[in-house]
Amino acid sequence: MSEFEPVVVVFACDYCAYTAADVAGRMNLEYPPGVRIIRVPCTGKVDSVHVLRALEKGADGVLVAGCLEGDCHFKNGNLRAAARVKALQQLLDDINIGGGRVAMVHMSAGQGAVFAETARQFCESISSLGPNPIKRAARQAA
Amino acid sequence: MITAERKPMEEILASVEPFSKILLLGCNECVTVCHAGGRKEVALLASALRLARLQQGAPLEVEELTLERQCDPEYVEELARDIDKYDAVCSMACGCGVQTVAERYAGLPVMPMVNTAFMGASEAHGIWAERCAGCGDCVLGYTGGICPVARCSKRIFNGPCGGSTKGKCEISPDVDCAWQLIWDRLKQLGQTELYSKIMEPKDWRTARDGGPRRIVREDMAL
Repeated sequence: MSEFEPVVVVFACDYCAYTAADVAGRMNLEYPPGVRIIRVPCTGKVDSVHVLRALEKGADGVLVAGCLEGDCHFKNGNLRAAARVKALQQLLDDINIGGGRVAMVHMSAGQGAVFAETARQFCESISSLGPNPIKRAARQAA
Repeated sequence: MITAERKPMEEILASVEPFSKILLLGCNECVTVCHAGGRKEVALLASALRLARLQQGAPLEVEELTLERQCDPEYVEELARDIDKYDAVCSMACGCGVQTVAERYAGLPVMPMVNTAFMGASEAHGIWAERCAGCGDCVLGYTGGICPVARCSKRIFNGPCGGSTKGKCEISPDVDCAWQLIWDRLKQLGQTELYSKIMEPKDWRTARDGGPRRIVREDMAL
C-alpha cells in the first residue's frame, strides 16, 4: 500500500483556510499532492451532501477547514459545520465507510504552516485507513 | 407538525438489501420542517445508501424524488407514470405518507425510512417536543394553553399529582410538570377560577380508544 496517494478534498473557507493554503504556497511549504482544495464562502455553507458526494465520486477523505472558534466571519458557520461533520462521522461509521475519512479543522488565514501540517497529517491518517472502500469494491467487481 | 427521525442505518440497509433499484421518496411537509425526510435528507440518505452498497459490491440505483405532500392522493398520483421502473419505494414521509403510497401502488413494496414520532412543536433549532396527542376533544381553552394530555405523563385532568416536585415531573428532572405550567399560566392570565373547576372524566372515545378515526366533511366532498 506504500504507493497509495490518497485523494483528499478540502472544503476551505475563503476567510481562513483557503488563504492559509495560499500562504503555505507562498512559503513554499510542501503538502501532499492528492489534496484538492475547494473554496467555499464559509464552512457553514458546506452541506453534508457535498461531503458524501465527494466520497461517492472517489475521494479517499474529506477535510472541512474553517475559521478558529469565535472567529467565523458569519458568526458561527464553522461551529455549525463542526456539528454536521460529527453527525457525518457517525453516519459513515454506520455504513462501514469509516468516520475517520472526514474531519473538521480550524485555522486562521495566516497559518500557512498549520494548513500544510494539517493536510499532511490528515493524508497520513487516510493512508493508514487505505483507499476509499467503494474503489476497492469496484476493482474487485471488475 | 408530525415529527419523525431517520431509522438506524442498519435497519435501512437490511430493508433495501433485496433490491437493486429503488425510489427514495421524500415529503415536502412536516418531515421537511423537522429535517427527517425532506429533499435534503433524501439526498443524504440516497448518497449514504449508494456508498454503502458500492462498498458491499452490490450497487443500488437510487432515484430521488420529493413530493409536495405524500399523504395526499393527488400528489402520490404523480408517481404513476414511472413507478414500474422501481423494485421498491422507500418513503421518508411519516406513516400517513407511507400508507398513502402503499395503498395507491399495492403491487410494490413500500418501506418506511423514518420512525414517525409525535405531533410536536419546535422549541429551538434542532429540538422538537410533543405538544398534541390528537385526543379529539381539545381542552386548551381551560388549561391556559398547555395540554394535560400531551404534556402530563399521566394525562390527568385535575393535577398536579404527588409526583410533581419543584415544577418537574417525577419521571425525569428534565420534564416540566404540565400542571405546574398550567397553574403558572392561569395565574398570569388571572384565570385561576378555571383551575378550581373539577374536570369531568374524559371520554376517550374521541381519541384512539374509539378505534381508527375519520373526518367526513360533506360540504367539501366532490
